[in-house]
Amino acid sequence: MSVLKDLYYTKDHEWLRVEGDEAYIGITDFAQEQLGDIVYVELPEVDDEFDKDEAFSAVESVKAASDIYMPVDGVILEVNEELVDAPELLNTDPYENWIVKIEIRDKSQLDELLTSAEYEDYLAEEV
Amino acid sequence: MEGKKTALYEEHLSLKGKMVNYAGWLLPVQYEGLIPEHNAVRETAGIFDVSHMGTILVKGKDARPYLDYIMTNDISNQRQNQVLYTFMCNPDGGVVDDLLVYKYNDEKFLLVVNAANLEKDYRWLEDHRANYQVYLEDKSPETSILALQGPKAEEILQKLIDIDLKELKFFNFRDGVKIDKIEAMVSRTGYTGEDGFEIFTNNEDVVKLWRKLLEVGSHYGLKPAGLGSRDTLRFEAALPLYGNELSEDISPLEAGLKFFVKLKKESNFIGKDRLIDQWEKGLDRVLVGFELLERGIPREGYEVYKEDKKIGHVTTGYMSPTLNKSIGNALIQADQAELGKEIQVKIRNRMVKAKIIDKNFLKNR
Repeated sequence: MSVLKDLYYTKDHEWLRVEGDEAYIGITDFAQEQLGDIVYVELPEVDDEFDKDEAFSAVESVKAASDIYMPVDGVILEVNEELVDAPELLNTDPYENWIVKIEIRDKSQLDELLTSAEYEDYLAEEV
Repeated sequence: MEGKKTALYEEHLSLKGKMVNYAGWLLPVQYEGLIPEHNAVRETAGIFDVSHMGTILVKGKDARPYLDYIMTNDISNQRQNQVLYTFMCNPDGGVVDDLLVYKYNDEKFLLVVNAANLEKDYRWLEDHRANYQVYLEDKSPETSILALQGPKAEEILQKLIDIDLKELKFFNFRDGVKIDKIEAMVSRTGYTGEDGFEIFTNNEDVVKLWRKLLEVGSHYGLKPAGLGSRDTLRFEAALPLYGNELSEDISPLEAGLKFFVKLKKESNFIGKDRLIDQWEKGLDRVLVGFELLERGIPREGYEVYKEDKKIGHVTTGYMSPTLNKSIGNALIQADQAELGKEIQVKIRNRMVKAKIIDKNFLKNR
């Protein structure tokens, strides 16, 4: 189970990679493994706005659908269109294959997210 | 995780099964992965531990007329060593359970019921014994069941069994057979839409049998398969799941399973009047198949619309591994159920277009 340094994490198993006022968001290795073979990703539209903890995407395996939640308030700048035809990329490399790129509304919300070390501890408790 | 363990529990763990609690039992939802397991059953073979299923023995002088009164199918014309699929209905025509009836002789039958319904069924059978001379015995705790399914199932089992499987016809069974010296009962039945067998044996021998079948089967592409693929396989083959397509509030006629309800059989049976009435007046709701015309995956419970009007709900839906399409079953108003018509499925507040198609997806592929 890999957890990358320098990313922020949520207890819902999303990761967030900050670049200035923008950030890429995806699901963690733990999340993709729990889901199993991913067969469908529902993406939001560019310019959609979401509050922290609001579902902005859904990732589905054969068995089940999982909502993906916004780690912070944000506006969608870009969606990863590659996932439309190749949702399994989230299984292959969940950290390389982001789901959306957002503009962060309020950078102070980043302090509420988990660091990689905190996320590792959280996984250790969960499993 | 809490739950009852089948005799194969340790085997599932050693095969890296991802365990879940299903109807109170700890069972693997998958080992290697749902899709490869699904494909193995369609293309070669898969083996499932289905020991969670309930088994109830019905014995006694009146076993046949008693079961004919409880069941919707025609038990009085069931042949020895034949397996019948049937329902037990409540007086309103809703389904208490769907099950298989194995006939040994006129005074001995074995019922194979859904794990989640075992206690309810047993009580139902007890409560409706009336003056029939029968007695019931729950055989579930001492019975293990394997389902060997797929086009290669016969070839694999033939390597080990002491009877000629060519002579065992679909929905028939043989008891007292030996599989690699292990005593068992075997039926040509299953829940996948493929040819295959269900093997009943005792808890002491099942580990040895499971290992032996996997060993012999490995040359044929046999894989252990979990509950995940069991559900996708049965769904593609239009086989209903109790709790989804069938329930106390859904009649077998609504579910499109009239073939197993013998409205014209001589004997009375529980629910008969209401079912005849329902059939003669016409059904209000029916189960249909549908295919999404836009992206998305339909899931159990999603609402189904015709324009702005809600007309029903999804009972099962998947991105079908065999057809690679998003398909589902829905219970909808009968007046909206015409083949080819367009409906909408509400997926997370989005209305997704769908088309009504024959629900036997596998046959029509």
